[in-house]
Amino acid sequence: MADGITSETASDGGTHRFPANKPLRLDSGATLAPLEIAYKTYGRLNADKSNAVLVCHALTGDQHVASTHPITGKPGWWNTVVGEGLPLDPERYFIICANVVGGCMGSTGPSSINPKTGEPYGLAFPMITIADMVRAQAMLIEALGIETLFAVVGGSMGGMQVLQWAADYPEKLFSAICIAAAPRHSAQNIAFHEVGRQAIMADPDWRGGAYELQGLRPEKGLAVARMAAHITYLSEQALQRKFGRELQRNGLSWGFDADFQVESYLRHQGTSFVDRFDANSYLYITRALDYFDLAAKHDGILAGAFRGARKVRFCVLSFSSDWLYPTAESRDIVRALFAAGCPASSLEIKTDKGHDAFFLDEPLLDSALRGFLASAAQARGVA
Amino acid sequence: MSAVLREDFKEILRLVRPSARVLDVGCGEGELLELLVREKACDAQGLEISPAGVSACLARGLAVVQGDADHDLDHFPSRCFDYAVLSDTLQAMRDPKHVLSELLRIADQAVVSLPNFGHWRVRWALVTGGRMPETKALPEPWWSTPNIHLCTLRDFTALCDELGLRIDACASLAEGKPARAIDPARPIENWRAESALFLLSRRPEGGPVEGQRDLFGDPVRAPQRRGAAR
Repeated sequence: MADGITSETASDGGTHRFPANKPLRLDSGATLAPLEIAYKTYGRLNADKSNAVLVCHALTGDQHVASTHPITGKPGWWNTVVGEGLPLDPERYFIICANVVGGCMGSTGPSSINPKTGEPYGLAFPMITIADMVRAQAMLIEALGIETLFAVVGGSMGGMQVLQWAADYPEKLFSAICIAAAPRHSAQNIAFHEVGRQAIMADPDWRGGAYELQGLRPEKGLAVARMAAHITYLSEQALQRKFGRELQRNGLSWGFDADFQVESYLRHQGTSFVDRFDANSYLYITRALDYFDLAAKHDGILAGAFRGARKVRFCVLSFSSDWLYPTAESRDIVRALFAAGCPASSLEIKTDKGHDAFFLDEPLLDSALRGFLASAAQARGVA
Repeated sequence: MSAVLREDFKEILRLVRPSARVLDVGCGEGELLELLVREKACDAQGLEISPAGVSACLARGLAVVQGDADHDLDHFPSRCFDYAVLSDTLQAMRDPKHVLSELLRIADQAVVSLPNFGHWRVRWALVTGGRMPETKALPEPWWSTPNIHLCTLRDFTALCDELGLRIDACASLAEGKPARAIDPARPIENWRAESALFLLSRRPEGGPVEGQRDLFGDPVRAPQRRGAAR
């Protein structure tokens, strides 16, 4: 362990506490200290430390990638990819997944205690970016004594972190897998997030972000935000296939109850989400996504972001029915990788399941991940 | 595509230097890529349009990007490969001239194989039947063939001239027969070759690079004056 780090670490993860003299320097110019990063690990680091894989989670994900969620009791969010006999097998790899900074599952975020006031940060929490999340992950990886990652893998916002890793720490990466992501947030992406944020802030229980002090939670606003966002994670075809115009009961209610099954489904998505997610975290993380534009620092030339990553093997995957981060965005990434001279593989997987296909059972995703990881492991000498 | 040309894999393997950087354009399910990696320890990258082909390549652990040779070659930087291979595909491209010049922008040498529309069987079928020829090298009827830009050997060498490309080697290919080195400028070869494989480079006038070997392992000769054959 590096100097000055205290941690509560179980064999399968824990929480790293970086002391005040090791602050996280943020893109906004602010610093965050003390910093806590909650993480889970699966498998064992091998003797030459060459088998570490960092999994980056999406907007509302967390570190419980392949283990039961402590609040919902549901299985890990990527139990189709991480686990015994799966593409990321803990028998072979040492898999790490950390809650992002700004999150609400144990890493420092807006519901953490602000050392200056002794109260939850609320809106006093500094603005964060995708690069800040990645910087915090890099601190954790260093603290775990790992110099290079065999792979960094993620879907959606996790895929953006993967790209940011390649831009900021290419020397620490052997391979990178970016799934259903984009190199920047589009106007439509920002627009949907703004709807969600406005729903939260319009909830009278939000109290200017200070709801925790008053023992309140803006549950209605957060649920509406989730409902709107959830539509973007599916496809029109999938919604039609799943629900069509099917009714909840026989006949219409001639009122505003959830007559249609799709309404009931969305309401359930909203209400179950508020049990496990913090409204201010949702505001901060959606903002980080909106601010994401990997090419911006390189005069708008995306290839510039990958200039240092010529030795990193990339795999870029997308889904044909994903309208949140469509294949065209992945194609931009691949072209920038070509232009930068990075070895890359890419595939658009045909599916009608929309953006969320990345954590559903998709045979082509499974075989693509297995093939890519197997050849990378062979090249890296990971048994 | 035609059925004959898988024969050319053998020739490409003989041609490519060990450990070379190779781009296989239209790599299908990665048969050639796998051979290049396994037999020649090449740093091989594929470009393939069909999702089935790409996922087959990925499952074999090959580096392949999904894309379209007509558009996506433009996004590769110049001279990032030693060889670009376009096996039996040029005639199916929307803009073969552009594709050919792009191949030799991104790679130092290109290996291009294509069916010869000047082959005597093709000419005979057209003259006697008066219908679009269907041969071993060109098995599909006109309305379903992907081969939308067919050419003869003379057409192809003329295009190479126009683009300032040098033909370092040329071999005639036919199914089940060993490749035969030919001079594509000789009119008789335009009758005899069912398919042909070219090794091309875009180099300033002058001698070949020291130690360069052609398809058959022979030292590459100085550029031939193809114009004389016309």
